[in-house]
Amino acid sequence: MVVDVNLRSGIADPEGATIERALPALGFVGVTNVRAGKSFYLDVEAPNEMAAVDKAQALAERLLSNPVIEDARVRVVTGAS
Amino acid sequence: MSRRIGVVMFPGSNCEYDAAQGVESLGATAEFVWHSATSLSGFDGVILPGGFAHGDYLRPGALARFSPVMEAVAAFAREGGPVLGICNGFQVLTEAGLLPGALQKNRGLTFLCQPTTLVVVSTKSALTSEAKVGDELVVPINHFSGAYTCDDDTYKQLLDNDQIVLRYVVNPNGSRDDIAGVANEQGNVVGLMPHPERAMSRLLGSEDGRVLLSSFVHANVTV
Repeated sequence: MVVDVNLRSGIADPEGATIERALPALGFVGVTNVRAGKSFYLDVEAPNEMAAVDKAQALAERLLSNPVIEDARVRVVTGAS
Repeated sequence: MSRRIGVVMFPGSNCEYDAAQGVESLGATAEFVWHSATSLSGFDGVILPGGFAHGDYLRPGALARFSPVMEAVAAFAREGGPVLGICNGFQVLTEAGLLPGALQKNRGLTFLCQPTTLVVVSTKSALTSEAKVGDELVVPINHFSGAYTCDDDTYKQLLDNDQIVLRYVVNPNGSRDDIAGVANEQGNVVGLMPHPERAMSRLLGSEDGRVLLSSFVHANVTV
């Protein structure tokens, strides 16, 4: 599974802003709203997919993200690794 | 009898000796408490010092909040015991939910290590009871993730309950409303990004941290 953690909308993202400012110097124009985030890749043992998602969602909210400023989204990727 | 202050050591803490020396210079006794400890009974106050607890992996404070000692810190705080988080300790307290809001990367992604001037906003906290509202204090900062942030409801609550304890005179890091330190609703749990324990002697640049640590050392204890 993959857990994507991103800053909630409305929370300033200094990393995304810095990347965005660097782009014109490299010749990339017309790229805006750059937001930086993190992805975590996990193997989850569970009886079925729904249980695995629940487990990943729970750990994403408890540890991988800080709900005060971040959102966590769980994606199922089967057959990986 | 001198006051007993517990200084929590996480793997990666690095300001614990400064904190201990700071409170001892005010006549208190400091004792180190390893992060695996499960009790804080007998202490008159507890400090979570600066550093990089658990390497700051994931997010500063994210792993430290699961150290066994944090349950004891929460219990100590619930009973009214004074708890102070300095820099990384502040980050740990917000991650643990003992203080509102969160600390984000500095505006401009710059590591900041410089003196700052703080203004005392509230004296209704364990850190500022001996100061006066409007006092200006020169205290250094030393952090990468020190921009205080919170949602609008939390911000309103901070204002309504007088929980903003210290503000920067000149905002160094992009903190919301120049916030340098906040307290919980009761005022016994306080966190700040600047390092009062490094402003204890004029010889080292400033002794303005003394009034803060002195307030903390003498804070009323109900534990």
